[in-house]
Amino acid sequence: MSTTVYPNETKAAAGSNIDTEKLKEVASQVRRDIVRMVHGCQSGHPGGSLGCTDFLVALYFKIMKHDPAFHMDAVGEDVFFLSNGHISPVFYSVLARSGYFDAKELATFRKLDSRLQGHPTTHEHLPGVRIASGSLGQGLSVAIGCALAKKLNKDNSLVFTLHGDGELQEGQIWEAAMFAPHNKVDNLIATVDYNGQQIDGPTDKVLSLGNLKAKWEAFGWDVIEAEHGNNMEEVVKTLELAKSRTGQGKPVCILLKTAMGAGVDFMMGSHKWHGVAPNDEQLAAALAQLPETLGDY
Amino acid sequence: MKKYTYTDKKDTRSGFGAGLLEAGKRNPNVVALCADLVGSLKMDAFIKEFPERFQQIGIAEANMIGIAAGMTIGGKVPFTGTFANFSTGRVYDQIRQSVAYSDKNVKICASHAGLTLGEDGATHQILEDIGLMKMLPGMTVINPCDYNQTKAATIAIADHHGPVYLRFGRPVVPIFTDADQKFEIGKAWVVNEGVDVSIFATGHLVWEAIKAGEKLAEMGIDAEIINIHTIKPLDEEAILKSVAKTRCVVSAEEHNRLGGLGDSIAQVLIKHDPVPMEYVAVNDSFGESGTPDQLMKKYGLDDENIIKAVQKVLQRKGK
Repeated sequence: MSTTVYPNETKAAAGSNIDTEKLKEVASQVRRDIVRMVHGCQSGHPGGSLGCTDFLVALYFKIMKHDPAFHMDAVGEDVFFLSNGHISPVFYSVLARSGYFDAKELATFRKLDSRLQGHPTTHEHLPGVRIASGSLGQGLSVAIGCALAKKLNKDNSLVFTLHGDGELQEGQIWEAAMFAPHNKVDNLIATVDYNGQQIDGPTDKVLSLGNLKAKWEAFGWDVIEAEHGNNMEEVVKTLELAKSRTGQGKPVCILLKTAMGAGVDFMMGSHKWHGVAPNDEQLAAALAQLPETLGDY
Repeated sequence: MKKYTYTDKKDTRSGFGAGLLEAGKRNPNVVALCADLVGSLKMDAFIKEFPERFQQIGIAEANMIGIAAGMTIGGKVPFTGTFANFSTGRVYDQIRQSVAYSDKNVKICASHAGLTLGEDGATHQILEDIGLMKMLPGMTVINPCDYNQTKAATIAIADHHGPVYLRFGRPVVPIFTDADQKFEIGKAWVVNEGVDVSIFATGHLVWEAIKAGEKLAEMGIDAEIINIHTIKPLDEEAILKSVAKTRCVVSAEEHNRLGGLGDSIAQVLIKHDPVPMEYVAVNDSFGESGTPDQLMKKYGLDDENIIKAVQKVLQRKGK
């Protein structure tokens, strides 16, 4: 029997008192969902999904003020955009586990006639998704647009985004990075999943990102670095710090160091699990490391 | 031939500027974005009236499309403005994923379309934009013919929910449609009723078709002229009704003959009523520098070329 953490509640989270131990339990279940989803269709991206699990769980279960009844326009709600859409498994699991749709639907991931497309889309009207993503580099612009609309509407809630570090090789990211500080888009927190890996290998070998902190700061962002993006205490602290730095004339950037594949020892720290599904034995080995806390779907 | 006269000439982009101001007055959610071409897009009046609802983006068209998509979340109705080339080909994937596939209510407004941009040459003269935009599922594609129609179309698309590509131009051209017209998306306008040939024209070619129609009348040929301002969704009923009468077709557009209005009409004919058809369009080439009139003549897009196409299609019809 699968459960959600906030059944029948609206405007979940937002400074909620959920403790870190509970967040870790949710993260364990989300990681189970991820490997099972990817195994179930023998495709998808487990590495980045596992690496960003702690971030997304903290965001949806503690940090953001949001309503799982889902209203596209998100009036008075914080909004999250997933720019690196290939880590859809973690996004779908977190949405389901926070009550946007039934966790049973996770079993349809990447299968014909599913609302859970390989990359997130609004096209199938899946609650919780506000923009299609997958073709990289577009989410920061979209988030800026949403943040500008909030300012015009005198809505003081926040906009969050997540980007892959490899995604920063896309030029549009830097168009957006230049725009936001010039226009004082200070209701925006953009996080970079800084795992140092991309499909063809380490980012340092494929196309070096250089000094990311200096780059974002040179563009005019308020940059926060977090060394342990898979440590729930540190993730929560970092996000709370980022929230406290909004509204001060600058957009906020979090450089969140994570390990690709975090939580499953044989998937960790390598680009090889970027887009590969586990076989039956590997699935069993992964699940043995991840306690079932909310009930599998 | 019904007589069309004009007392004034203006550029269609000014019709967009006037329509944007009016749409802004009618709907407080209308916002405008521009990529460093405010003067060219005639957005000044809107900016003066609604400074807080205008966003200067800088020379970053991809970012502009993404920001526009994001602004719809929260109920805004964004109008983006830049040249047609930078509105489409340059940002195709951004429009495809963040606007069309995401069902976002963005109005992509594109000036300086086609050859009549003139002296800047082929880098700026896009002749493929209608094709690019009409291939996107859910995208509405509109190419009005004069100042008044462009103004009316701009006001109309603000009330239409869904992504729209609105294409207009740089040169000063005759104003021959009504100032107070109601613009109905997807509804063709019968400019002149006739029985010998159907001329389906869009954009700047509608006036050329009228000039051609007058000369054809003197030659004893009674041409039906229909303004297809909305290329998608196409008014199939109007096309088939006209063809049932005339039994031959000439299409006319300031666009590559591959993928434009002509191809859309040809698909309708093939399926329902195959009759002889000739295209007046650019013959799969890029443009070049020159004055608009010189270019329209050289690339075969003026009234004389419409007349030639009519004569050819009438021959094929067996008249």
